[in-house]
Amino acid sequence: MNYKSMDEANKAVIDKISGSAPFLVDVVPAKEKIKELNEGKVILHAGPPIQWSDMTGPMQGSCIGAAIYEGWAASEEDAEKQLAGGEVKFIPCHHVNAVGPMGGITSANMPVFVVENRSEGNEAYCIMNEGIGKVLRFGANSQEVIDRLKWMQDILGPTIAKALALTEDGLNLNVIIAKAITMGDEFHQRNIAASLIFLKEISPYIVQLDMDANDRKDVIQFLADTDQFFLNIAMATGKAVMDAARTIQDGTVVTAMCRNGKDFGIRISGMGDEWFTAPVNTPQGLFFTGFSQEDANPDIGDSAITETFGVGGMAMIAAPGVTRFVGAGGFDDALATSNEMTEICVSQNSNFTIPTWDFQGACLGIDARKVVETGIEPIINTGIANKKAGMGQVGAGTVRAPKECFEKAIEAYAVKLGLI
Amino acid sequence: MLHTIIKKNSYQDSINLMLLTNSIATMEGLNKVQIMMATPANKDIFKDAGLHTAELEAAESNDMAIVVDTDSAEMMDTVLEKVEQYLNDQSISNKKQGFETVRTWDKAMDALPNANVAMISVPGEYAADEADKALDRGLHVFMFSDNVSVEDELRLKQKAHDKGLLVMGPDCGTGILDGVPLAFANVVNKGRIGLVGASGTGIQEVSTIIDRLGEGVSHAIGTGGRDLKDPIGAITMMDGIRALENHSQTEIITIISKPPAEHVRNEVMELLQSLTKPVVAVFLGEKLEQYEGNVYQAYTLAETAHIAVDLARGNEVKPDYNAGDFSVENADLKEGQKTLKGLYSGGTLASEAAVLISDALGLGTHIKNEEGYVLKHEGQEIVDLGDDKYTQGKPHPMIDPETRSKFIEQAGADETTAVILLDFVLGYGSHDDMASALLPSINKAVAQAKESGRTLHVVATVCGTKNDPQSYDGHVKQLREAGVIVKETNNEAVRTALSIVGLKVEDNQKKHVEGTKSDKKFDLTVSEDIASLVSERPRVINVGLKGFTDALSDTATQFVQYDWRPVAGGNARMAKILSLLK
Repeated sequence: MNYKSMDEANKAVIDKISGSAPFLVDVVPAKEKIKELNEGKVILHAGPPIQWSDMTGPMQGSCIGAAIYEGWAASEEDAEKQLAGGEVKFIPCHHVNAVGPMGGITSANMPVFVVENRSEGNEAYCIMNEGIGKVLRFGANSQEVIDRLKWMQDILGPTIAKALALTEDGLNLNVIIAKAITMGDEFHQRNIAASLIFLKEISPYIVQLDMDANDRKDVIQFLADTDQFFLNIAMATGKAVMDAARTIQDGTVVTAMCRNGKDFGIRISGMGDEWFTAPVNTPQGLFFTGFSQEDANPDIGDSAITETFGVGGMAMIAAPGVTRFVGAGGFDDALATSNEMTEICVSQNSNFTIPTWDFQGACLGIDARKVVETGIEPIINTGIANKKAGMGQVGAGTVRAPKECFEKAIEAYAVKLGLI
Repeated sequence: MLHTIIKKNSYQDSINLMLLTNSIATMEGLNKVQIMMATPANKDIFKDAGLHTAELEAAESNDMAIVVDTDSAEMMDTVLEKVEQYLNDQSISNKKQGFETVRTWDKAMDALPNANVAMISVPGEYAADEADKALDRGLHVFMFSDNVSVEDELRLKQKAHDKGLLVMGPDCGTGILDGVPLAFANVVNKGRIGLVGASGTGIQEVSTIIDRLGEGVSHAIGTGGRDLKDPIGAITMMDGIRALENHSQTEIITIISKPPAEHVRNEVMELLQSLTKPVVAVFLGEKLEQYEGNVYQAYTLAETAHIAVDLARGNEVKPDYNAGDFSVENADLKEGQKTLKGLYSGGTLASEAAVLISDALGLGTHIKNEEGYVLKHEGQEIVDLGDDKYTQGKPHPMIDPETRSKFIEQAGADETTAVILLDFVLGYGSHDDMASALLPSINKAVAQAKESGRTLHVVATVCGTKNDPQSYDGHVKQLREAGVIVKETNNEAVRTALSIVGLKVEDNQKKHVEGTKSDKKFDLTVSEDIASLVSERPRVINVGLKGFTDALSDTATQFVQYDWRPVAGGNARMAKILSLLK
């Protein structure tokens, strides 16, 4: 180890996190940034590595949608045959500098945000938010879904890219996040303030573009309607920042948390790229009418990168508007949740101060040791997908990261250091 | 049949409406209900749920839509009423907890950076580790936990002594720091008498008598029962004595213990003789013929309190405080009815009873301890029901009346029993109404004895003050009304019980003689941490039992509740790995 103590190593990791400078610089087709997507039929998915046969309904539904969207298949049956037949290669988003919400399904022509972390010079990518209702990330794959994806590919993505090109340095995401956290966002369940700030920042550039007036109206309307639009930017931000922190190959700070519907996976700073997995839990929460806990798919998606980054469920207290997803509780329960999360974190991030928390900073750096020591599992705010393919979202709630991942990680690290 | 209510321009956020939907869905007579804002996306969700109506379709994004599938149209008024009620009453009633709860030492220290006392009540096997962590953080330790090894106790006390800190306990049941009751302790007036005691109920008995005599206690420092034994050697007792010697508001120092190891006793005595303040000492079971020098040694706990009060008031110390008239008229005993059954919740009170009774029986003043019996001689029985033998897997008899109830009924059924002796220990930690809890058994035992032609006497003492959370006067009144003879002190209660069976303790009339000053020069100074422990309000990290925070809250003491769990959930392998990853 390059540090005198574990605490010193962890301090170095969290300094990288709090010192990061993420900027939204571009939107490009995924294949332009992720070379692996150019090598035949390739699909990126959320969570640690998984095979088709192990995927739950929403992820499979999402893969089918991607195969149709990319033109590999003309029908669902055809798509399913190819996917089950091994014609399509699966890669976790995390392995190619990307993250993806829910199923996380990302294919060559889907537009992705490009977030550049200027403190380290690395980049991270995430597909754009499709809005709510029947959407690919929750496993829906009807024509309506495909049509929207095509529109995002042809109109929305290029428009935002051109608008960003007019800015001097892109959009400074630390600034947007710092503002929005004071406005009641926690960046997982609630992104409405950040989405509005994004719209406020980007629209002056969009109106300058030489483009079809109807398309322009559609783009602005979509951004105005899509409350969770910023979530995917927040995810790419989290990925860019946490990957930079991962360059310090010491310490026990959690640098990634993600789920594929079967396994929960984490990485810790001292163990580099290695995943430590355990079976995922199923989120508990509130359901749309006609649905119940029975319909809930097990925990899925890379969006837990937001919690890794110290927001989302970890910053529950910042978002009084969503606190009631915890259950019957109100503000005091949200406070208790965030206070509990500080018990497993190394520090607090003074870049993101939370007014409802007496201006304490958001949680910074989950220490896997503390998770194991206290048994306090990180809490994640999450959407809940129907476990059947193609049905979409059925509710939202919270879920805990299973502590077994953290136990495996620190054990492996102790072995690596020759301590056991 | 679908019914729709549209509330125009009535915005509520989606979570709120999901909660509202859940709440309405529990009403009887509804097949299905959904309440959402009438946005285009939500209209699709209504459609999927089979709840789409023309009114809904006509509604706009800022309208709240309530669509109900019900067979009875009248239901809609009730639904609407309930919706209105819900929307008007959204503040969630939540009892606010006035203190911070943490789960790690780091957070505890963040929450209360100037903490100076850790009160530890975690299971014995983990207690030493937690005490170590507290000492490493510069905290004094009040260790309620028992089942800590003597080796650990010695190590911790030496470590504390070297760091200028105090370890009270393990198995320290009682303490009072600057008026703040710790663990099982009474609300005692603040005053000029300082106590150091290797005995929980000993401290409670002495401090409550002092209170009732109109004086007060500066501090009561518990040391744990083994402190004056080998091999601990009174490390905490001696540091506690030094602390009180250096505490200007303490004028009288009082020490309480069961019989110590002899060389330890001598060492403590030498220290006491070198103090500048007068000392009252009681070593239960020691019956001296004189007061020596600086140290007024008492025979009973009550006498200890009385001497301390007289010294504090500048009165002359009397030769004896124990004598008095304890006779009971018309004892009305049958032939063979001659035994006493002392059924105690307080260990030291039980020991005191054993000392007095064995003295009266001419057995000397020994306390033994066999299976919880501190005295068992020809039917005379004194039981410490707080002994481990009776508390395995059960709460202490100060909290739980069950074991004592059984013993009371057994004793009543024993034809030789003349008197049942009881203690009612009030204060924080104790049962909130032990009189009411035990009276049914007492009444039953008395009535059964009466049926078989015997008079069964019940003599009790209530150890408490008028400011205790339980009512002292109420207890006394309730017991007296039930026919129980209630005495001011345990000493009086035991002597009353003895007089019923025609026995009496002869007391020494003590003279005051010069003490032998030791050649040994004792260092009477204390560390800064100990000096500030006795000169300031304690600031407490309560590691373990949440119930102990009641006294802290009530006295407006700064504290943090540390909801302790074993490291890594008790997984030894993980705990080991954690200890390596430093």
